[in-house]
Amino acid sequence: MLARALDALQRRDGGRVLALLIRQFRSFDLAEDALQDAYAKALQRWPADGVPDNPAGWITTVARRSALDRLKRQLRQVSIECAPVAASDAPDMAGMDEEASPIPDERLRLIFMCCHPALAQPAQVALTLRSLCGLTTREIARAFVEPEPTTAQKLTRVKRKIAQTGIDCELPDPNEFVARLASVLAVIYFVFNEGYVASTGSDLLRPNLCTEAIRLGRLLHDLLPEQAEVAGLLALMLLHESRREARTDAHGALVVLEDQVRSNWNHDQIAEATALLDAALLRRRPGPYQIQAAIAALHAHAPTAAETDWLQICALYSGLLRHLPTPVVELNAAVALAMSTSIDDGLKWIDRIEQSGALDQYHLLHAAKGDLLRRSGRMDDARVHYQKARDLATNQGERCYLERRILELSKDQ
Amino acid sequence: MQFMLLIYGDETIWANMPEAETKRTMQAYVEYSKALAASGILRGGSELASVGAATTVRVRNAKVLTTDGPFMETKEQLGGYYLIEVASLDEAIQWAAKIPSAAFGSIEIRPQTANQALSQV
Repeated sequence: MLARALDALQRRDGGRVLALLIRQFRSFDLAEDALQDAYAKALQRWPADGVPDNPAGWITTVARRSALDRLKRQLRQVSIECAPVAASDAPDMAGMDEEASPIPDERLRLIFMCCHPALAQPAQVALTLRSLCGLTTREIARAFVEPEPTTAQKLTRVKRKIAQTGIDCELPDPNEFVARLASVLAVIYFVFNEGYVASTGSDLLRPNLCTEAIRLGRLLHDLLPEQAEVAGLLALMLLHESRREARTDAHGALVVLEDQVRSNWNHDQIAEATALLDAALLRRRPGPYQIQAAIAALHAHAPTAAETDWLQICALYSGLLRHLPTPVVELNAAVALAMSTSIDDGLKWIDRIEQSGALDQYHLLHAAKGDLLRRSGRMDDARVHYQKARDLATNQGERCYLERRILELSKDQ
Repeated sequence: MQFMLLIYGDETIWANMPEAETKRTMQAYVEYSKALAASGILRGGSELASVGAATTVRVRNAKVLTTDGPFMETKEQLGGYYLIEVASLDEAIQWAAKIPSAAFGSIEIRPQTANQALSQV
């Protein structure tokens, strides 16, 4: 019972307390250890003393004391000459009581620190999940299907780099804010996509990365309500998430958008995302996440697949290409052109992308090509590309779907 | 804290640069050094002679082995460095981005540790 309450507290307030401790003591490891001390003490004391009125405040105060004790012990071990800096830096604990005032929210600083562009993305991701989502090293390892020591080493290394390079827990300068925010958004969207695609393995104990990413998106939106792209990313993730139930069938095979049962979509999530996106667009600061969310919203609001507003989607993709001129976006733009205007023009565009070689190993290029060829009645060519797509796909659900398509085309002959 | 800004670049770019541009770039370096000094963060720095002048030293089995040339033959060579003292990596990145060679070479930023020669003597 108490353990459950503590668990919930850790999930809800852990990131906030940790962020505060990191900012105060300028050390990830010290902050993490002190927080663990505080939880241990709570397990010891609360059964007898009762749960305090402000549990998060209690944890914060106890963790701070523990951090100070640990610092003092370290100082005693180190020779006095090295100590003065750390001693004078140690925060003043006078006047702190356990009914502490609300905890200042330092999580924004922590997010920017975890997603600092000088850190490699896998490290940014692991550190963010660890410190802001409160996932354990084991959970992060499971989520990315890697051995636990690998994750542990990644975390140790990144914390060392932060300590050695003086990566700051201050917010970035205004003139760098947008670039730094982009790196934060990229980390959150990466976490979401990892969860969405889940390209390898099936492990029931894997934490749900989509849920974690949406949690992070909500947190960031709460902290930066005026940033349109943050709202755009949150809306985009909610729109994808709204189709979770509908995108696989009973056998685990992928169900493509066109064939999904639209009543199985989560309409609460769609409504929430739409409201977020509408408010964001009013700020007139367009960006790639808002445009992608707008495209997803057009799909979400089409009563049937046939009624999809492909013309507007096509226009949005050309806008997106200006922000994100990548071959994958180009492929999507080509499909939108095919669906809205002319299948042949869309296919010609895809041919050009294929010839550039940029998407050689990308199964969705062949899946898209197979799909458009099928629509235009060229069944033999369609089958060849579905087969190529199947050979390149790594996800079991997608392979099942492609297999079925190939079979259908063989029967039609 | 102190950071080394190591300036890497392809030496042939310098060798093939038209004279007017070399002059302009060198002038940009002078301005940059002045800006570092004016901000009070400059702790040292120099251009280094080309890798053609490099000598690499190893001691193996108590024998000093010297070889002509740099430690590693790479496309980009270490051409110079600045040592600066700033509060954070973010600041160091901002200064590194202003080094004229950053536009055609690369700048590696390395924080110094507490083990500094001058503090050990």
